[in-house]
Amino acid sequence: MPADTVSVSGWGRTAPTTARLVRPRTYEEAAAAVRECGTRGGIARGLGRAYGDAAQNAGGAVLDMTGLDRIHAIDADGGTVLCDAGVSLHRLMEVLLPLGWFVPVTPGTRYVTVGGAIGADIHGKNHHASGSFARHVLAFELLTADGAIRTVGRGTPLFDATAGGMGLTGVILTATVRLQPVATSLMSVDTERAADLDDLMARLTATDHHYRYSVAWIDLLARGASMGRSVLTRGDHAPLDALPPRVRRHPLAFRPSQFPSAPAFVPEGLLGRTTVGLFNELWYRKAPRARAGELQKISTFFHPLDGVPHWNRVYGRSGFVQYQCAVGHGQEEALRRIVRRISERRCPSFLAVLKRFGEGDPGWLSFPMPGWTLALDIPANLAGLGAFLDELDEEVAQAGGRVYLAKDSRLRPELLAGMYPRLGEFRSLREELDPRGVFTSDLSRRLGL
Amino acid sequence: MKDAFGIPQSLLILGGTSEIALATARRLIVRRTRTVWLAGRPSPALEQAAEQLRGMGADARTVAFDALDPASHEAVLGKVFAEGDIDMVLLAFGVLGDQARDEKEPVSAVRVAQTNYTGAVSAGLVCARALQAQGHGSLVVLSSVAGERARRSNFIYGSSKAGLDAFAQGLGDALHGTGVHVMVVRPGFVRTRMTAGLRDVPLATTPEAVATAVETGLRRRSETVWVPGALRLVMSALRHVPRAVFRRLPI
Repeated sequence: MPADTVSVSGWGRTAPTTARLVRPRTYEEAAAAVRECGTRGGIARGLGRAYGDAAQNAGGAVLDMTGLDRIHAIDADGGTVLCDAGVSLHRLMEVLLPLGWFVPVTPGTRYVTVGGAIGADIHGKNHHASGSFARHVLAFELLTADGAIRTVGRGTPLFDATAGGMGLTGVILTATVRLQPVATSLMSVDTERAADLDDLMARLTATDHHYRYSVAWIDLLARGASMGRSVLTRGDHAPLDALPPRVRRHPLAFRPSQFPSAPAFVPEGLLGRTTVGLFNELWYRKAPRARAGELQKISTFFHPLDGVPHWNRVYGRSGFVQYQCAVGHGQEEALRRIVRRISERRCPSFLAVLKRFGEGDPGWLSFPMPGWTLALDIPANLAGLGAFLDELDEEVAQAGGRVYLAKDSRLRPELLAGMYPRLGEFRSLREELDPRGVFTSDLSRRLGL
Repeated sequence: MKDAFGIPQSLLILGGTSEIALATARRLIVRRTRTVWLAGRPSPALEQAAEQLRGMGADARTVAFDALDPASHEAVLGKVFAEGDIDMVLLAFGVLGDQARDEKEPVSAVRVAQTNYTGAVSAGLVCARALQAQGHGSLVVLSSVAGERARRSNFIYGSSKAGLDAFAQGLGDALHGTGVHVMVVRPGFVRTRMTAGLRDVPLATTPEAVATAVETGLRRRSETVWVPGALRLVMSALRHVPRAVFRRLPI
């Protein structure tokens, strides 16, 4: 089995560490890799889109699961797929869209694996309607620390510990996922502008339930009366009769656009307050005040950044941090305070996103909770950023909220148990299932998961 | 583990009573650092330093370490690393010596060289290997501008720091790509116990300023840090001053 000692980092490119990268191509090789991972343990890794250190394991083994990428069975009538954990959502879309099926949940990138989607219990623009990814997973096979392969069904403790468990319960090998039927591969999108944060929150609260997909881009550099000004984009899969006749002949074609990669070396500080401020101004102004029923490709609506490979390089060598927090309904004041602090601090964040979450799912460390979530990215070399984000964490924790572990690279460990009340159960299940701590990641070491 | 800004959760200080090192520890404890090992010769000062850090909420422990006994380094430091990952090692031991006396007493001059250079070579290599096995960590080495170009007034100390500096740079290159980050810190004149009674010079700095520069360097993953930053320019100019002129400069 090929293995290299390489430097591994998350998508944010902060805090790289060195590990032995193993690329299993069969379940037996995966089991052997787990058996032989040594005293510093191992962790499964998909396409490396977790922003922080969830899929790196300093001095130990990292199992690159992308070699296990077979689609075993598609039930085109019932709408389920059985596939390896290393299959990407991109691949699933390529295969399933022509059959009239779509993945039940997709985050802002198609380049995540099914295993990663379960491990981080990802959410998308349809969370308020459809919940998180694990809600659509019927069962999966898990390679555990004892070398056994267990079939894990919904409603079991091991299922709930693994959904959102950041790969620390074992290596997911295959999964059966329920799909979303679609008539076309286009989206019918409504766009509107919100003048400020209160306007935005009122619009989302009043009308979110009319849309399957909903998200707001928020300008965090806008201050004063326009603080929180945003562009809402919401929509659903377009029905066949919404398509112009020419397109109607191939209603399920999947052709994502592709631009050149970001260059390998980008000067530090390219994305400062001035450039991001200009970008935000343009982005806000170019959005229509209100437009309904615009047809957009799936890739344009869901994955605008996937068109630029390696876009994470634009932050330069020191990388960037993603901050995503959630607070419950009734904590709107806390959310307002957080947005106000960020805009007063002048954090240069472009593509900051606000959305409403629906019901949470039973994953013990699953992130979404009914309420609001705010996500933003900030260049890591901004002076004083660590202390500032710590203050935001305090605000979030006091409001009974939490930060997203798949994006975290810096949380103060003391705050974790308050944010995830079922952390104790998670720890005892791991203690029982994996007493030697075979499954270990930099994230688990840093936060004591 | 270090966080996204390079702040360590566990810190090992070699030279546990160093004022610069303790200022750095205090600064890092405010952010993330929870475990601090103070390695040094057992003394009330070492215990007191640990007590002070405990008062700030850190789990501070002391360990007997003697820079002048390289044969013991492997065992002593090995025990520290066996207790858990060390995210950052701060190599901070060193003596200034007394130039006038050391010129007359070669044995005391050798002691300066052995502490500042030989001791650091051995401890630095032991820590580098342990960090490499972890696959992560920072080794921060306190060098000095005195090592940049030896001056008439303190060339014994300066030459030992020059050796240390060259060693640390080479070690940094050797560890490039292993996940271990080596950072050389070159402070100018720092107002501490070690320099008490010496004539103050322009661009003199404080342990707190060095601590701030270390934190920034960790965030940027810098390889070299000058404190204050202006010294980088001053020293690159001084480096090119002809010998005949340099030896007459009032520095």
